[in-house]
Amino acid sequence: MSSLRFFLQKEFAQLRRDKKMLPIVFIAPIVQLFLLGYAANLDVDKIPMAVIDHDRSVQSRLLVEKFVQSGYFVESHRFERLESIDKPINEGEIVIALVIPPDFQQKMESGGEARLQLIADGADANTATIALNYANVIVSRFSSDLQMERLIFQAAAAAQLGGVQLEAAQSPNSRSGTGERQSFTADERSGAGLSSFQMPVEIEPRVWYNPELKSRNFMVPGILALLLMVMTMLLTSLAIVKEKEQGTLEHLDVTPIRPIELIVGKLVPFAIIGMVDVFLVLFAAWLLFGMVPEGSILLLVLLSAIFLLSTLGLGLLVSTLSHTQQQAMMSALFFVMLPMLFLSGFAFPIENMPVSIQYVTYLLPLRYYFVIIRGIFMKGADLTTLWDEALLLLVFGIAVLGLSIARFRKRI
Amino acid sequence: MSSLLPVIKKEIYQIIRDPRSLGVLLFIPLFLLVMFGYAISLDVKHIRLSALDYDRSAESRSLLQKFTATEYFDWSGYLERSSEIDVLLESGKVQAVVVVPADYSRNLLRGETAKLQVLIDGSNSNLGATAMGYIQRIVQDVSVRIMEKKIGSVVGEGGIDFRPRVWFNPELRSPVYLIPGLISLILVVTAVISTAMSIVREKEHGTMEQLIVAPLHPVQLIIGKTVPYTVLSLVIASMVLIAGSLIFDIRIQGGFMDLFVVTALFLIGCLGLGIFISTIADSQQVAFMIASLITLLPTFILSGFVFPIRNMPVFVQVFTYLFPARYYLLALRGIMLKGAGLEAYLFELAALLLFALLLLGLSALRMKKGGLV
Repeated sequence: MSSLRFFLQKEFAQLRRDKKMLPIVFIAPIVQLFLLGYAANLDVDKIPMAVIDHDRSVQSRLLVEKFVQSGYFVESHRFERLESIDKPINEGEIVIALVIPPDFQQKMESGGEARLQLIADGADANTATIALNYANVIVSRFSSDLQMERLIFQAAAAAQLGGVQLEAAQSPNSRSGTGERQSFTADERSGAGLSSFQMPVEIEPRVWYNPELKSRNFMVPGILALLLMVMTMLLTSLAIVKEKEQGTLEHLDVTPIRPIELIVGKLVPFAIIGMVDVFLVLFAAWLLFGMVPEGSILLLVLLSAIFLLSTLGLGLLVSTLSHTQQQAMMSALFFVMLPMLFLSGFAFPIENMPVSIQYVTYLLPLRYYFVIIRGIFMKGADLTTLWDEALLLLVFGIAVLGLSIARFRKRI
Repeated sequence: MSSLLPVIKKEIYQIIRDPRSLGVLLFIPLFLLVMFGYAISLDVKHIRLSALDYDRSAESRSLLQKFTATEYFDWSGYLERSSEIDVLLESGKVQAVVVVPADYSRNLLRGETAKLQVLIDGSNSNLGATAMGYIQRIVQDVSVRIMEKKIGSVVGEGGIDFRPRVWFNPELRSPVYLIPGLISLILVVTAVISTAMSIVREKEHGTMEQLIVAPLHPVQLIIGKTVPYTVLSLVIASMVLIAGSLIFDIRIQGGFMDLFVVTALFLIGCLGLGIFISTIADSQQVAFMIASLITLLPTFILSGFVFPIRNMPVFVQVFTYLFPARYYLLALRGIMLKGAGLEAYLFELAALLLFALLLLGLSALRMKKGGLV
């Protein structure tokens, strides 16, 4: 055990000697959190939209109004001809164009099928995807609202003829519980037709955990997790191979230090740095974004420690498996960091991925940590729901550390 | 020039001697492209939905069937008690819950309004907003059908035939925007990080001093060391571009020469950054850290690759101009997908050129002051 103590002393001395490393380790995460936390935002609103209204009817104006009222779109251009959108869409000035055919109102009111065209700039695929999601919902709500109104008219007519009484209550039409921008649920039924009727089925929507549906609440904890992953991988993936490359590892071979002591000795200083980073980024999230975990901070710190075990372990494993620092860098980036960036559910939902790739995501500890950190930050989650993620992280961490020790022993 | 050749040879020899790294460099980017290309998308589909059905009537079942019949929702089963809702939403195992009250079918039959409660996990705002939209639309559809029955009239399926048409990327497939993004990430790894580390390696091993006493100017040395990586990076970028467009069946609209020019310019900027970092860092560890921190997450998040720049606060938008990936992505997407020529991206080209010149100049300055020893 005393050899471990000396080894640790040596490791700490080395860390202190590297004057440039410590500032990077402690300042970089805060700067990055600041910039990236503000940048990572998928609340796409005020999407510039061109309108080409060949109909110029009450209905077509109403539809455009629905788009604008939603807050997701602004009417930035209005054109007479379809060809006019070429230039602005090419230059990225507009993301979508709404093309309303001349027979729009007539078709809608005669019960026919009105054709509505929407053109989106697919080169900006993310904005286009989100814009189409929104547009889809707006248009289909508009369409079924109109169907409903026609039915009411018919019913009213039938009532006049046949004497059937139809209740015409003020329609609370699905009240919104979702904040100002959430217009899919708003009940502004201005303009056309009847202003009030009774819906057979009504929804009472409740949005939990993020009632204003702000992307930032979701993304900032995600950035915290990404930063911890990147920092720990950067620290550890070169740690052992560096000594291999410089030949100092052979010196250790002749000392009585055991592989497990060596791995632990390498791990401890980085684990301490990692934990300091955990506190730093949590503090910075509060300072910069006013974000405080809903749940227990203690639990978050504890589970973050378990997460760090897995990323530090992965870094050390990469380091023991590599022969040069270049190799270790490539492996760390291509096999660990990039897959974690894309596949752990940071921005791209895992449930959308093909099943075969979903299996791959189970191998990424960051996947579990995202659930944990977002759960504790946004949902106030505790171990009753997070125990499985915590357990998997722990098992993963112990497994990769064990693997590094085993590989290391074989080498010697 | 004659003294340059040995350095290039030595560097090439070093790359070849390590076939594992070379293999990783050449084939892993392709592998990642294919995997990510199939995996990532911001579409909201397969929302995990559960229901707490207090009514258990034919009406409530048919309502819930409407949800599961779409690709937007994946059915996660019935709940028994309301206490389960908390746990399931909190753990994320379920993302939306429909609560059907006990008087649902009775109210429908009586012609009174039946109220449904819908609970949505809003933590992922994008998913929450879209899920809410889908749910409202389905319920409204159900309402229309019920009304039709009630008054014995049919409005039919009519309504609006909504035809979204996506230009430049008709199926909104992620590979199309992934390819430019991934190329820039890979170039950043090969050009910035790898270059910085390979130059610092000489410092670390003390071989730099040997090289400096040799009749070789530091600039020659740097050129010699970066030429092989430049060629390698261009090969990788072309492979990703060609293989990616073949695998995912993407037609490249613009000219290959234009793509090449933009890529080369971006690459020179990356090399400049790599060299500059190598003049600051004393160890490969520090070079790795600085280079990765400056490039990895910023290229992913600040370049417009994933998050639309238009949405960012203005001061962050200003910062994005500092990252060359921003210009590269814009130009590459435009040329690849819109068939634009270089003349449409003069500003971006100028910015890339400026970035490259600035960093190469700064590096030369640092080297003169002995930043390489």
